[in-house]
Amino acid sequence: MHDRTERPAPPPSKHPGAPAPLTLTVNGKPYEHDGDPTMPLLWFLRDMLRLTGTKFGCGVGACGACTVLLDGKATRSCLLPMQNAAGHQVTTIEGLAGNGLHPVQQAWIEEDVPQCGYCQSGQIIAAVDLLQRKPKPNDDDIASITNLCRCGTYPRIRRAILRAAETMQARK
Amino acid sequence: MSRAIDLGRRRFLTVALSASGALLVGVRLGFAQDELPVELLGDDLTPLGPFIRIERDNRVVIGARGCEIGQGVMTSLPMLIAEELDVDWSQVRVIQLPYGYIDTGKGPSNRYGDQGAGGSTSVPDGWKELRQAGATARWLLVEAAAREWNLPAAQLRTESGQVIAGDGRKLTYGALARSAAAIDPPAEPPPLKKPEQFRIIGRPTRVADAHAIVTGQSRYGIDSYLAGALTAVMLRCPYLDGTLDTLDDSEARKVAGVRDVIRIPGPKPGQPFTAQLADGVAVLADNTWAAIRGRDALKAAWKQGPWSQESTSALAAKANELLDRNEDGVVVRRDGDVAKAKKQARYKVAARYEMPFLAHATMEPPGALIDLKQDSALLIASLQSPGGASAMISDLTGIPRKAIEIRMTRAGGGFGRRLENDFVAEAVLIAKAAGKPVKLIWTREDDLQHDFYRPFGVHALSATLDRRKRVTSWSHYCAATPRAYRESRQRRIFDGCLEPDDFPAGLVANLDKTFFPVPSGMPRGWWRAPIHTFHAFAVQSFVDEIAVETKQDAVKLRLAMLGEPRQIPFSGHGGPYFDTGRLAHVLTRCAEKIGWGIRRDDGHGIGIACHFTFGGYAAHAFEVSTEGGDLRIHRAVCVVDVGRVVNPLGLEAQMMGGTIDAVSTALNLAITVKDGEVQQKNFPDYPLLHMAQSPRSVEVEIVESTAEPSGAGEIGVPSAAPALANAIYAATTVRVRKLPIMPELRRML
Repeated sequence: MHDRTERPAPPPSKHPGAPAPLTLTVNGKPYEHDGDPTMPLLWFLRDMLRLTGTKFGCGVGACGACTVLLDGKATRSCLLPMQNAAGHQVTTIEGLAGNGLHPVQQAWIEEDVPQCGYCQSGQIIAAVDLLQRKPKPNDDDIASITNLCRCGTYPRIRRAILRAAETMQARK
Repeated sequence: MSRAIDLGRRRFLTVALSASGALLVGVRLGFAQDELPVELLGDDLTPLGPFIRIERDNRVVIGARGCEIGQGVMTSLPMLIAEELDVDWSQVRVIQLPYGYIDTGKGPSNRYGDQGAGGSTSVPDGWKELRQAGATARWLLVEAAAREWNLPAAQLRTESGQVIAGDGRKLTYGALARSAAAIDPPAEPPPLKKPEQFRIIGRPTRVADAHAIVTGQSRYGIDSYLAGALTAVMLRCPYLDGTLDTLDDSEARKVAGVRDVIRIPGPKPGQPFTAQLADGVAVLADNTWAAIRGRDALKAAWKQGPWSQESTSALAAKANELLDRNEDGVVVRRDGDVAKAKKQARYKVAARYEMPFLAHATMEPPGALIDLKQDSALLIASLQSPGGASAMISDLTGIPRKAIEIRMTRAGGGFGRRLENDFVAEAVLIAKAAGKPVKLIWTREDDLQHDFYRPFGVHALSATLDRRKRVTSWSHYCAATPRAYRESRQRRIFDGCLEPDDFPAGLVANLDKTFFPVPSGMPRGWWRAPIHTFHAFAVQSFVDEIAVETKQDAVKLRLAMLGEPRQIPFSGHGGPYFDTGRLAHVLTRCAEKIGWGIRRDDGHGIGIACHFTFGGYAAHAFEVSTEGGDLRIHRAVCVVDVGRVVNPLGLEAQMMGGTIDAVSTALNLAITVKDGEVQQKNFPDYPLLHMAQSPRSVEVEIVESTAEPSGAGEIGVPSAAPALANAIYAATTVRVRKLPIMPELRRML
């Protein structure tokens, strides 16, 4: 039922005169998209690749549930058309860590952040981006994250980010 | 093979052996004559029959029966089973159970008991049934060891998934599972542990499936896909009870990937909402984006319905007019003689408070994946009422409920929105018309514009006090759009807006609670801690106003009103008693924690409030200041008593989240209507709180209690908003009597 198989890039379009498919890298693997070039990256990830960890929340870039890393930077995938994602490296929650967990994911478990959990993929990606830019974030740095959480997990998100920052510092 | 023991009240514990030799123990409601089907545990997508499965390699799998909407039942309910089973929590893997409908021949029942999420009942219900399921499994395992060793069961004990004899011999549950499953269950339910024996209940326990959530592997309803299913989005009439006038779908059908455009008529105006909410048109496509683009390309003209004049300002005017005229009100509760008390009063205080419509705005919007076959159906969706969904599908298709499979997923929030199954009905109607499986997606615009909203209303409170500043009468007149609206079931007109026995009923000798219905075409529903979020703001703000007007301490006034610790009758949900002592205790502790009564010279204000809801007691206090038009929340304190605590970490999360939900809602959120159309479209005009605006922490104190546990999903909300408004008054002397707060504060500062 849940087709979790990540498909390899299909062969180039056989239709003569058809535009060349868009190519991009998702979690280290190359993919092609020969559908609607205006399709937001969010729906390509979810409907085409079945990478459903990236969530739909608003479709207008307001809530951040769809946040992914685009060339390492937090990006709202619901507003990014495939034609603009083409040629870039995308990292989703599923590809954040190789084996095991990213320190941010680990901190999220240890601080028991999730309630409904729906926004947390986006929150984690936003936190990873923040810690790349600000390895020792202060309260205001953390509060610059604008992802919405309807359950009100913000205090634990704050604690988890500080915990992850410590872990990442210690590993350096 | 399957056997059952009677737990009383038509509840039965069932024991069975799986084909692979695992012990299966479940509980069900209903009548004992039918056999519990033995279902095999496969991956997460295979139905799991009972609650407990002990593998021969000693792994323990526990099924979570509830709808997980963020309230933590995926963790707390399995904890109850694991405790009495006497296994280590680290041994346990938790999986979500599907909906457990069974046809008993005498009516519908459920092999898992109540699976819905509403009214904060999951833990109190599970406290009785689920511990018994664990205890019976343990009894069978001990009995199996007793037979193996030829020792009396009474000489054996259990620990960490093992049965241990006096001489130190041990057998793992896994080794005993097969023989245990062959033993007849006890005639009487075996005794439960004493609280001092608890090793799991009461211990801070993290979310059981957190790993899946943080790695993006957790499956929500929206994450379900089915081969051959088309994705559907609906264009719905934006006007309350409006209808489609003309439709041109030619451009929509040209969009690549669009497969069909189907007309889905709405309910008849005035008829009960038994299926979908609005008149509309479905666009079916190969993927979500194509469906959305197809919908954008529809050219639809709508006819305004009978509510084309409805607006929030008109509703407010009507409510105030009804309160001014004070005729034909519906009596909610009357005690003593308020008129007489008014004549004898030394002090009179009165104020009105206006509450807006609210949307639920679950982070995961409504949606459903449905596959209708000739004689069966499959639903995968994020739900709060799987029983309601099952009945709805059966009503719309004629498929018997026993042939409807419902796979429950984690839900991206609930807050009462998913107690309605209108989105399931839409998916069914579209799938029926399309002749294909359908995955219905709601966008955020759909969600905010087509909700069952928390009612709108105005509360007019007045009180009298004697010369010793004791409250002698209390009148609460409420004019509101009744929660009871277009339902098949009968409700009292004030249900969902006013609770007859809520504070201060029973505490003030002369009391008058009266309700005035305000006609509205807005669909209304249950919104987290319904009734209570709606009126506690008015009641607890008004107590503060009385204290200010009569120069009393607001905490002492509340304590004086509560009086001696005692139980007074409470007929509403969460009764049968309201314990004044428990409410006084959380209030007192909250006051101590925030530093109530300490003189401040920093311009910060402190406000406090308390409330009893659904068996739980909570008090909130805030410390705030204002700078220009901005509000700063320096501290947020919440003290809660929900009786015995199953998972303190989960309870803290609910109080933290409930407080922030309440603050977010009180500060900025309102659904407004104009010309019969909801005006909010998406988060930019329904702005949930960002982290930057949210309190940095919520200091939660949990009262230790041996009382029976109550739920915790809702008690964290009602007292937060009035405590915040009271703190704003303390800081600014601006009294906010209309929600949301921020527009009012900016207007008045």
